[in-house]
Amino acid sequence: MIRLEALTKTFATPKGSVTAVDGVSLEVRQGETCVLLGPSGCGKTTTLRMINRLVAPTSGKIFLSGRDTDTVDPVELRRGIGYVIQQIGLFPNMTVAENIGVVPRLLGWDAARRRRRAAELLSLLGLPPADFADRYPNELSGGQAQRIGVARALAVDPPVLLMDEPFAALDPVNREAVQGEFLRMQVKLRKTILFVSHDIDEAVKMADRIAIFHSGRLVQFAEPDEMLAHPADAFVASFVGSDRTLKRLRLICVREVMTPLEGGRVDTGPPTVSPDDDLRRVAALFLEHGTESLSCADAAGRVVGVVTREAVARRLAAEGSR
Amino acid sequence: MTTASVALRSRSPYWVLLGIALAIAWGLYASGLADDILGYRKDIVYLTKQHLVLVAISGSAAIVFGVSIGVWLSRPWMARWADGVIQAVNMLTSIPTLGKLALMMSFLGIGPLPAIVGLWIATLLPIIRNTYEGIRVVPAHLVDAARGMGMGPTAILWRVELPNALFVILAGVRTAMAVNVGTAPIAFLIGGGGLGELIFTGIDLQQHGMMLAGAIPTALIAVAVDFLFGQVQYWVVPRGVNPLRAA
Repeated sequence: MIRLEALTKTFATPKGSVTAVDGVSLEVRQGETCVLLGPSGCGKTTTLRMINRLVAPTSGKIFLSGRDTDTVDPVELRRGIGYVIQQIGLFPNMTVAENIGVVPRLLGWDAARRRRRAAELLSLLGLPPADFADRYPNELSGGQAQRIGVARALAVDPPVLLMDEPFAALDPVNREAVQGEFLRMQVKLRKTILFVSHDIDEAVKMADRIAIFHSGRLVQFAEPDEMLAHPADAFVASFVGSDRTLKRLRLICVREVMTPLEGGRVDTGPPTVSPDDDLRRVAALFLEHGTESLSCADAAGRVVGVVTREAVARRLAAEGSR
Repeated sequence: MTTASVALRSRSPYWVLLGIALAIAWGLYASGLADDILGYRKDIVYLTKQHLVLVAISGSAAIVFGVSIGVWLSRPWMARWADGVIQAVNMLTSIPTLGKLALMMSFLGIGPLPAIVGLWIATLLPIIRNTYEGIRVVPAHLVDAARGMGMGPTAILWRVELPNALFVILAGVRTAMAVNVGTAPIAFLIGGGGLGELIFTGIDLQQHGMMLAGAIPTALIAVAVDFLFGQVQYWVVPRGVNPLRAA
């Protein structure tokens, strides 16, 4: 869907030229969320901005749905790509509905259709249109503004979204909520998303695959579990953190490690988990109760399996795969 | 409801002014000066027209040129020169308006033309400065978002930069028009006519009635022009970026 080939950007500065992005090649599949991760100045934002031509590449190619973006007028190109930035960038002189209608208006939609589309998107994001459509951005909370930033990017239903640290300015509680909502929406919409972040926890939560950058180079491109299990080098290992095993726990769900039980009931004591919980809850219960195993109960309270410490350890030792 | 009450509050200075004006009118009437002033009725009408023509021509030309030059200076390709130009504008602004009129007289002789050009320059400078500054302080991320969404330079100027700078631009216009109206009586000194004729002649001849016959309409025009541009600022600037209409 999105393919980068040996993408390079060199900036001329008074102190000589600086290579911000150095020969990056990667391919993002249709419907996939790819997080570009790395410390500030690693080239992740520049890479993102080259895709919609806000930055012109020095060399290398970008293909969107197989089409070389060099051959497309940049303004035309950008109208077909959703773009969300950290500062949100809602236009304070326009109402919420007008903000969402910016790209539709550029594409010549009439006022009634723009208005309908805005209402539709507001409903999708859980903001009642009657209440929000005519507000100005200065009448919104940070979380509401960020949701509307996302709605604006989705206005003409583009297949690709570029998101530059979209949730970084939110407080932790709001961020969790907006991330969760966004994930649920993505399950329905299946957009192809490139998402810049400097936060490993956010990346692990949001990404199908993570591309980790260091000094302008792509150092590892892998699924989160794989990256946490097998960092490609010392930089990746230190960036994902010494607690990377703990981070992996969120990515594995109980169903994957439990031993199913049929018919017979095993009494392992009161603490039980659901097959859909992730292993963070399992680990917490192991530590809290000092037990060797936990029973798994389904929604109806029937015991359907057992998780043992040994099974968890075996899963963590196995090749990371999802 | 809130909007209405804020609107009323922003107009309240005018109610105060109206009260003062009524008190003065009564004072004039009681002292018998009113008859004296009304004796100049024909002159007042004639000179007020002349005065308004001076203000209208120089003012509207200044708004058109000032905003255009300000926008032009704010364009990326002017970035290297804009600072220098604005410095020069600031320097010119510091020349007293009387000085500007005197300079115009030495270039263009006497009559309405140098008066209009002098007033035009005096009014132009603050408008250029505010337009340039107003656009310059529009946050860079707004322009970035606009570009990233596929707006061209013209759309960015009209839909993002100008609306967000409009309050500051109009504040400049309002200040500039106050300068314009306040300076217009001096135009008489270089043969430009206007209500200055009654004021200055009245002072020279120690005729209070004559002086007031010029001064009172001048003051009324100043208040009316300020009220007009205050209303423009209130109603034309979008609510989301209008401090006068903040929620």
